[in-house]
Amino acid sequence: MQHLPKALMLVAALAVAGCTNPNRFGAGADGAGGAGMGANNGVTSGVLPGSVDDPTSTAYFNQRVGDRVLFAVDQSSLSAEGRAILDGQAQWLTTNSDYMAVIEGHADEQGTREYNLALGARRANAVMEYLVSRGISQSRLKFVSYGKERPLEVCSTEACYSKNRRAVTVIAAGSLMG
Amino acid sequence: MTKRAMTWLMLALALVFAGGMQVSSLSAQEPLRLEIDRGIVEPMPVAVPAFVAETPGAEQFAEDISRVVAEDLVGTGLFREIPRDAHISRVSAFASPVQFADWKAINAQALVTGAVSTDGAGRVVVKFRAWDVFAERELGEGMQFAATSEGWRRLAHKVADQVYRRLTGESPYFDSRVVFVSEVGPKDDRQKRLAIMDYDGANVQYLTDSASIVLAPRFSPNGNQVLYTSYQTGFPRIHILDVGAVQSRILQANEGTMSFAPRFSPDGSRVVYSMTQGSNTDIWAMDVASGATRRLTSTPAIETAPSFSPDGSQIVFESDRSGSQQLYVMPAMGGDAQRISFGEGRYGTPVWSPRGDRIAFTKQNQGRFHIGVMNTNGSEERLLTASFLDEGPTWAPNGRVIMFTRETQGAQGASALYSVDISGRNLRRVRTPAGASDPSWGPLQ
Repeated sequence: MQHLPKALMLVAALAVAGCTNPNRFGAGADGAGGAGMGANNGVTSGVLPGSVDDPTSTAYFNQRVGDRVLFAVDQSSLSAEGRAILDGQAQWLTTNSDYMAVIEGHADEQGTREYNLALGARRANAVMEYLVSRGISQSRLKFVSYGKERPLEVCSTEACYSKNRRAVTVIAAGSLMG
Repeated sequence: MTKRAMTWLMLALALVFAGGMQVSSLSAQEPLRLEIDRGIVEPMPVAVPAFVAETPGAEQFAEDISRVVAEDLVGTGLFREIPRDAHISRVSAFASPVQFADWKAINAQALVTGAVSTDGAGRVVVKFRAWDVFAERELGEGMQFAATSEGWRRLAHKVADQVYRRLTGESPYFDSRVVFVSEVGPKDDRQKRLAIMDYDGANVQYLTDSASIVLAPRFSPNGNQVLYTSYQTGFPRIHILDVGAVQSRILQANEGTMSFAPRFSPDGSRVVYSMTQGSNTDIWAMDVASGATRRLTSTPAIETAPSFSPDGSQIVFESDRSGSQQLYVMPAMGGDAQRISFGEGRYGTPVWSPRGDRIAFTKQNQGRFHIGVMNTNGSEERLLTASFLDEGPTWAPNGRVIMFTRETQGAQGASALYSVDISGRNLRRVRTPAGASDPSWGPLQ
């Protein structure tokens, strides 16, 4: 439910842009990489490179595609919503093949520190395996777990916990250090 | 007579009576001995008059050292200090005969006297004697310790250790240090750095900056090295730090893996730790000198938090192979693991007691966290604490006290160190300059 508005926004953005950029719902995406920034495309000439309206930007990835998936308590299996987000991520990564990604796994605070580190790794790895299954080369992906060390939300109720149990795909240019 | 003096006199008389009753139950030959195992309800009254300054310039040390000795003893929960303004006798010279009647009158069961001198070279010398007041005799022999002036607190801890040993028959723990993670900042921007301090929170020294996340430091058996997990490379890696030189290096760094939860073997030659490959976290062992590694578990479950038995023959660890976090014991070289936790809820972070007889753990049940202890076969489980979030026990060197992390809930949640004795009594917050987590209690120095 958390992701439906994002999906709708994405459809809306694509409709407005009217271009042939990455379209997670169907055909026409291949070979269109970078078109959003092209000066030869009058429709998108107003798009600021790197802005959220630039489909090749990380801002676009983070906000329009959706950079994160959420997990149930103690679970690392992907929900249907989560898989839909990851399909979009895979499509974006396919189109923007110069980018690498680090998948960061997280847990909520209800757990011991070391177990949560391993649990965050399970979640990040579930995302990585899914992206690989969608054709992204494993050499472009790394994962890391922060356990409960980097909560986004600070309250101690399920409203916050549900947002903290996440795996975030962080886009990075160039090679990955590690 | 002032009203105050009158009150004290009446109190003293009442105590003489109470004290007399206790004396009758002690045979004159039986040494004064506090049995910790029985679970102390009434702390033993002790008097620690200000130590005698024997040289000019030693006055402050004499005052401070005797104060820390008293704090150490009272901090155990086993002793109660009789306030100095209740003392009748004044100890003005170390060699003066003890006026036992004066100490009996205020019901001091034990008395600690001492003297401090300084020399021109900046050294401080403390000597002390411990007394069984009602038996009117000395407990053990007087001893003397010397240190540079910066080490005066250690001198006090040394004296308190001796007194504790003589009064309880147990090995002590005051002259020891704790390595921990110092924390500042809100929950969503927590800055963490490694720090070391005396067991009582004094003399904090920082070992890392807060540029990267550091987790779960663990002392080596001799206290000279610390293992910890750092995100310095962007990925969790086990580092080993030389405490004296404050220099660290990465111990374990396989590309594409995470390693964490390190702990030394009792002889310091090996390190057990967790390594995550893909979705699987297993326990590995490394020979520190050669770097050779060996995999000790191989289920697809999360296996972490390994801790050696003090004889080095076994390892207790946690695994969710049954579907939830539980405790298991396996041979030190790996092999069949026996589950030892069977109560309600989840069990993690097991730590074998230095005495070998118990395992401390974190238990999570119905939304609450507990620190508990159980026998090494899982029997006689006892929960010592309960809160929103207690975790990560570490044993005092004598196996009688446990320190752990307690985090409060909510947006303003912060962590602090607490200690509790293994009977569940004497829960205390350990003084730290900022937030603190992940304590590891080092050896007696």
